[in-house]
Amino acid sequence: MDRIDVVRKGARPIPRLAVALVPLGFLGIFYFYPLGGIFHRSFFSGEIFSMATLLDLATSRRMAGIVWFTFWQAGISTLLTLLCALPCAYVMANFDFKAKKLIMTLATIPFVLPTIVVAAAFQALAGENGLVGGINLEHSIAMIFLAHVFYNFSVVLRITTGFWSFLRQEMGEAAAMLGATPGQVFFKVTLPLLRPAILASAILVFIFCFSSFGVILVLGGPGFSTVEVEIYRQAAHLFNLPGAAVLSLFQICFTFGMMWIYTTLQKRITTFIPQSQSHALKPVNTLKEKLMVASCVGFILVFCLSPMAALVVKSLVFDGSLSLAFYRELFQNTSGSLFYVSPVDAVENSLVFAAATLALAVVIGVCAASTIQRTGKRIGAFLDPIFMLPLSTSAVTLGFGIIITLDKPPLNLRTSVMLVPIAHTLVAFPFVVRSVLPAISSIPASLREAASLLGATPARVWFHVDLPIMARAITAGAVFAFTMSLGEFGATLFIARPEYSTMPVAIYRFLGQPGTMNYGQAMAVSSMLMLVTAVGFLFIERFRSFGDRGF
Amino acid sequence: MIHHVSKVIYPVFSLTLVISLTMVIALTGCSRDDQPKENDTVQEITLMTHDSFSASARVIEAFEKKNHAKVVFLKSGDAGEALNKAILSKNNPLADIFYGVDNTFLSRALSEDLFLSYASPQLAHVKDSLKLDPENRLVPVDYGDVCINYDRNWFREKNIDPPSSLEDLLAPGFKGLTVVENPATSSPGLAFLLTTVARFGEQGYLDFWQQLQNNDVLITSGWKEAYWGKFSAASEGSRPVVVSYASSPAAEVFYSKTPMETAPTGVVIDHGTAFRQIEFAGILKGTQKLALAKKLMDFLLSTQFQEDIPLQMFVFPSNKEAALPEVFTKHATITDDPAVIEFKIISEKRDLWIEQWTESML
Repeated sequence: MDRIDVVRKGARPIPRLAVALVPLGFLGIFYFYPLGGIFHRSFFSGEIFSMATLLDLATSRRMAGIVWFTFWQAGISTLLTLLCALPCAYVMANFDFKAKKLIMTLATIPFVLPTIVVAAAFQALAGENGLVGGINLEHSIAMIFLAHVFYNFSVVLRITTGFWSFLRQEMGEAAAMLGATPGQVFFKVTLPLLRPAILASAILVFIFCFSSFGVILVLGGPGFSTVEVEIYRQAAHLFNLPGAAVLSLFQICFTFGMMWIYTTLQKRITTFIPQSQSHALKPVNTLKEKLMVASCVGFILVFCLSPMAALVVKSLVFDGSLSLAFYRELFQNTSGSLFYVSPVDAVENSLVFAAATLALAVVIGVCAASTIQRTGKRIGAFLDPIFMLPLSTSAVTLGFGIIITLDKPPLNLRTSVMLVPIAHTLVAFPFVVRSVLPAISSIPASLREAASLLGATPARVWFHVDLPIMARAITAGAVFAFTMSLGEFGATLFIARPEYSTMPVAIYRFLGQPGTMNYGQAMAVSSMLMLVTAVGFLFIERFRSFGDRGF
Repeated sequence: MIHHVSKVIYPVFSLTLVISLTMVIALTGCSRDDQPKENDTVQEITLMTHDSFSASARVIEAFEKKNHAKVVFLKSGDAGEALNKAILSKNNPLADIFYGVDNTFLSRALSEDLFLSYASPQLAHVKDSLKLDPENRLVPVDYGDVCINYDRNWFREKNIDPPSSLEDLLAPGFKGLTVVENPATSSPGLAFLLTTVARFGEQGYLDFWQQLQNNDVLITSGWKEAYWGKFSAASEGSRPVVVSYASSPAAEVFYSKTPMETAPTGVVIDHGTAFRQIEFAGILKGTQKLALAKKLMDFLLSTQFQEDIPLQMFVFPSNKEAALPEVFTKHATITDDPAVIEFKIISEKRDLWIEQWTESML
């Protein structure tokens, strides 16, 4: 074995370098270069630089409060999300029941909904005049937690379920045979094996909540502010670029530090022989199992489906009766506007951007994960955090950076449509990395070597060993890349080409002016967005031909 | 045999590398293709603006046909973000014309030295009260009033008189009825803050806000959240009083689908209770197409474009000869007596007022 390892470590540097160049080149051009530009401009250009602003910011009581709030709300949001999602992941990973795929899809759809629409849905359900009625959720910290769990639930659910259903049953059975109680099996065998996936999803959720913007602004109200919200306020409304830059730098450094601790703490990566494809999910037999499945399904229906159903109802009810009036109106350009985008075009634009994002994110994400896994602990522990940075970088800061740096040929991209999938990929590929890395690291080297010894060519080894094991994780990452792109509108708005409006942009524009037709059409486009997302998921999962029916 | 394992990844990843490069090239190709090729006759001109900008297709076509031009629109985020982008790209401008600097940002835009002075002949038709820059670097293109809107039905059903002044909002009967936007993140919110400064003075405005706070005012981050989330006339929300525009009732009627005689919402605009927002446009320094840019500026001020403004953006045209559509003459209002603060003072004190407001309200 030692000799083999020596040979492996001596692998040619060129291919490794080529693989590493894909994600590093991408980040270098579209992330570090623009950020460097905006930081340089903010700190070193005499005209707007003011030391006083920086000092004000650093010593301000209010800033300290904002930073502290950003931390603790993210921590609690992450814990709550784990609490809700892990029991459901257990059910999803271990039992076989009807409509499982549909339930899984329903749980993921919230991810694409604009916060303003989610706010309307919550209001319709639980506001003062809502269906459930009487619960005053207006602008409270509970509202922020609720929304964060609503959005991030599926991140934990998908990543953990994908990993969990690959665990070999035999290990648990062996432990049970040796006299372990089910509790002991769970805590001593299953949980340690699951740890990489749980931590990976938890870290994603934490970074997400840490840089939360829409949820805080829209659902939390102005009483709450995160660092991300403050950056937007400083940059877009107070024209305080140095202030915004300092805060962005803080965000980046913090994310890097946290990710570095996380990767370093992950001392041993659990490797295990993955289960064969004939892995049988348990049928639901006993009353206890039925109860578990029912409560998981019930939770997802109530928590995820009911707000979405409220939106669909709103899009279909006109003047108190069922009607397609809002949908019909979508096809008409009532005001003759130059910027009218038909629903067909909006769906098409959304899908083209999402497909491009998916392809780019999977290629870059898999290359990034392979690079981290192959470069060894020290460099890997440095690279891994780097790949996570775009997730928590303020979009306004990066957008301004792009304006001042990518402005000359060959990279005059300031107004290019290409910037949309690029911006989406920046925030989507970290999902692929997080999702693929636990899977890729779990593959024992002996498995590939065995295949080679049996005469498989390198390509065959990759296709028959690596790819099947990674396939499920890649699918999970791909689903998130796809949803991320479908739901994103900040970058799409910022990139400024109105003829390429996507569905979220259309929703946002409809809500820009008063009038019931505008509101109804916004709800109709939201319903279409949910439908397109669901169909997209089913298509992605059908497309995957390697893994099994794990989720 | 064993060392072959190390080669496993090579072919596969060279493949992915090729795929990703192809994608990048394909995408770059796309973005180049969709920009129409410039030839001798059709000249391209770029207008940079904010998200809320809109115009009729036929009106823009008329300009394009007459001048053998193609107008490209860049929408660059909200009004603040768009102006910031223009400032950042000053040395290598993204556009030839910028549309949508309002009077709260005017000083900032002028001091950045972004715009060329151009006295369009059309300025003769523009209301003099709107002209704030004597050098005509930025000229007024539209305006509207930010003010209190209320839910007519709600007040009718409860048999309560709707508000008619800012002080009314402090009455015990109005406890928990009002929703306003955060001036730090919303432009109508900022306009309303400025209204209170104009009305109660720099010494007194925070008192007003304190009392409003005691009367259980709700503050949201933006107009959408307030109007679509909390305002009883437009949402499931329970608050019948909101800060919006004096033209919002006209939009309610225009976008109602079923014809309406009276708008569902009313406005409070008299005696300095409304703040006038004026939007300006100007030619960006560094344009390569000055002659065409001047023509486009003339066009933006002409009656043809100005008459299109109300139903596209629900604000008023700055050209006094532009005729208003019926829905505007019937349902939209404009006050003779707006709250006034000089724009230079606004940009001097803006950040301070916002900060003081934030300290005392949040």
